[in-house]
Amino acid sequence: MKALIVIALLGVVAMMSEVFRFKKLLLPLVVVGLLAACGLAIGDWNTAIRYYSDMVYFDNYALAFTSLIIFITLLWLIISKEYFASDSSRAEHATLILFTLCGGVIMTAYSDLSMFFIGLEILSISLYVLASSNKHDLKSNEAGMKYFLMGSFATGFLLFGMALIYGAAASFNLVKIAEYIQTTSAHGQTPMFVYAGVLLMMVGLMFKVSAVPFHFWAPDVYEGAPTLITAFMATVVKTAAFAAFYRLFSTCFGDISGFWAQTLAIISAITMLAGNVLAVSQTSLKRLLAYSSIAHAGYMLMAIVAMNNISGGAIFLYATAYSLGSLGAFACLHAISKYGDESIENLRGFAADNKIWAAFLGLIVLSLAGIPPVAGFFAKYYIFYGVLQSNFAWLVLVAIVSSLIGVYYYFRIIIIMLQPRSETASVLPSLTGAHKALLLISALLALGIGIFPAFLQGLLS
Amino acid sequence: MNSILQVIPLNYYVALAAILFSIGVMGVMFRRNAIIVFMCIELMLNAVNMLLTAFSTYHGDASGQVMVFFIMAVAAAEVAVGLAILVMIYNNIRTVDINELNKLKW
Repeated sequence: MKALIVIALLGVVAMMSEVFRFKKLLLPLVVVGLLAACGLAIGDWNTAIRYYSDMVYFDNYALAFTSLIIFITLLWLIISKEYFASDSSRAEHATLILFTLCGGVIMTAYSDLSMFFIGLEILSISLYVLASSNKHDLKSNEAGMKYFLMGSFATGFLLFGMALIYGAAASFNLVKIAEYIQTTSAHGQTPMFVYAGVLLMMVGLMFKVSAVPFHFWAPDVYEGAPTLITAFMATVVKTAAFAAFYRLFSTCFGDISGFWAQTLAIISAITMLAGNVLAVSQTSLKRLLAYSSIAHAGYMLMAIVAMNNISGGAIFLYATAYSLGSLGAFACLHAISKYGDESIENLRGFAADNKIWAAFLGLIVLSLAGIPPVAGFFAKYYIFYGVLQSNFAWLVLVAIVSSLIGVYYYFRIIIIMLQPRSETASVLPSLTGAHKALLLISALLALGIGIFPAFLQGLLS
Repeated sequence: MNSILQVIPLNYYVALAAILFSIGVMGVMFRRNAIIVFMCIELMLNAVNMLLTAFSTYHGDASGQVMVFFIMAVAAAEVAVGLAILVMIYNNIRTVDINELNKLKW
C-alpha cells in the first residue's frame, strides 16, 4: 500500500514539475521515488494487510508482482532517457508512465472487482496516450487509435461479466464471490449468470493479454507505438495484466474450473502456436518481438489453466524471465533502429562490431527461447510441471512443439547477428552506455535466475 | 424498493441490457465512422450501467450503484482521450474513417 501511495504522489509531483519549474530534477526524482516504492513493497513482505474495507489486499502475491513491475520500470528508465529529453513533454511523459504503473499496482493487489476495473482503466487510459505520443507519425496515431478501440471494447465485455457476477453474488468483493460460488457449486446449482459472467470476463481479459483469437491488435499497436513505449507495454503492462488475470481466477473461480479450464487450455494452445508460427515469417524485428510476446502470453495462460499450488510461483518466475528477456531485446532493437528502420537485417554484423554485447544479447535471446542454462528454461519447466500435475498432458506436448518452432526464429536472430555485414550496408549506430548497461543487467539477471530458479518460484508457493 | 421490480420483472432488464450490449458490439464491429464506433462503445457501457442498477435494486445493495458512478466517470475520461486521439488523426489525414488507418499490416 505504501508503495502505491508513493507512486501516486510521485505522479502528482511530476505534473507539478511543469508549473514549479524543476523539470531538470524530474528524472532523478522519479528514480529515487521508484526505488523507495520498491523498497517499501519488499519491506511489507509477509504482512498481508487488507486496506480500505477490503478494497485492496497486499498479500505476498501482490507484493511480489508490485516489486517486479516497479523493478522492471526502473530498468526500463535506464534506456529511456531520450523519451524524456524533449523539454515540452517531459513532465507529461513521466506522469503518464507513473500513472500506468499505479494502475498496474492496483491490478496486482485488488480485492474488489470495482478496484480491478479502476486499476485497469488507470493503466489503459495512460497507455492510449503513450502509444500515440508520437504526434506527427501516422503509424503512432494509428496504433493509439487501434489500442483505444480494442481496449475500450474489451472493457465493455469485462464490465458486462462483472455486472452478471454481481447479479448472482450480490457483491463485488472477491472473497464473498468466492464463498458464493463455493456454496452454490457444492450443491450443483451455480446460476447461469455466473457462467455467462465468467465467460465474458475471460473474453475481456484475453483481449488485454492478447491471446488468440483476440490478439490482432497487438502486433499493430506494438509496431506503431514508439519503441520505448512498446518495450514498456510488452513487459510491465503484460505482467500486470497476467497478475490480475491469475488473481481473479485463482481467488474466485477455482471451484468451477471444470467449466472454463478446458476452454482456456485450448486458447492457450492456439495462442502459443499462432504466435510462434506467425513470428517465423516476420522481417521486422519489432513485429517479431510482438508475435513472440503473443506466444509467451500462451505459455503464461498455461499456469492459469493448471491452477495448483505451484502455479502462482511459476507465473511469477515466468513473468520475471520474460520481462527481463524482452526488455533486453527491445533495448537492442532501440539501439539499432535509431534511423527508423526496424528490419532484422540491421543486426547483420552486430557480433563483429560489439563482441561482448552480442554475447549478452545472445544470452537474452536464449532465455526467451527457453534453452537450459538461462532463466527462460526453468520458467517454462515450472509451468509445464504444474500443468502436468493438473492432468493436461496434451497441452504440455503442444507447448513443447511450439517452443521448438520458437527456437527456430530466435536462433535466426543469433545467426544473422553472427554473419558478416555486406560491403554496401550502412554502419549501425553504436550502442550507448545506457543500452550496454541494460543488456548487461538483464543478461546477468537471466543467468542468475537460471542458476537459482527455485528462489523466485518458492516465494509464492 | 422492490416495487418497481414487481411491475417489471428482473428478467426484462437483463434481456434489454443484453440487447443493448449486442447492438453496441455489432456497431463497433461493422460501423466505419470512428465517432459512431465511440458511440457504440458508450452504448455497451450504458447497457452495463442499466444492468448494474437493476441488480442493485433487486439485491437492495448500494455497491452496484456506486459502481455505475465509477463507470460513468471512467467512461468520460476514456472518451476524452479517444476524441483527442481522433482529432490528432483528423489533423493528419483529414478523415475519421477508420478504414483509412491501414499503415500497419502483417
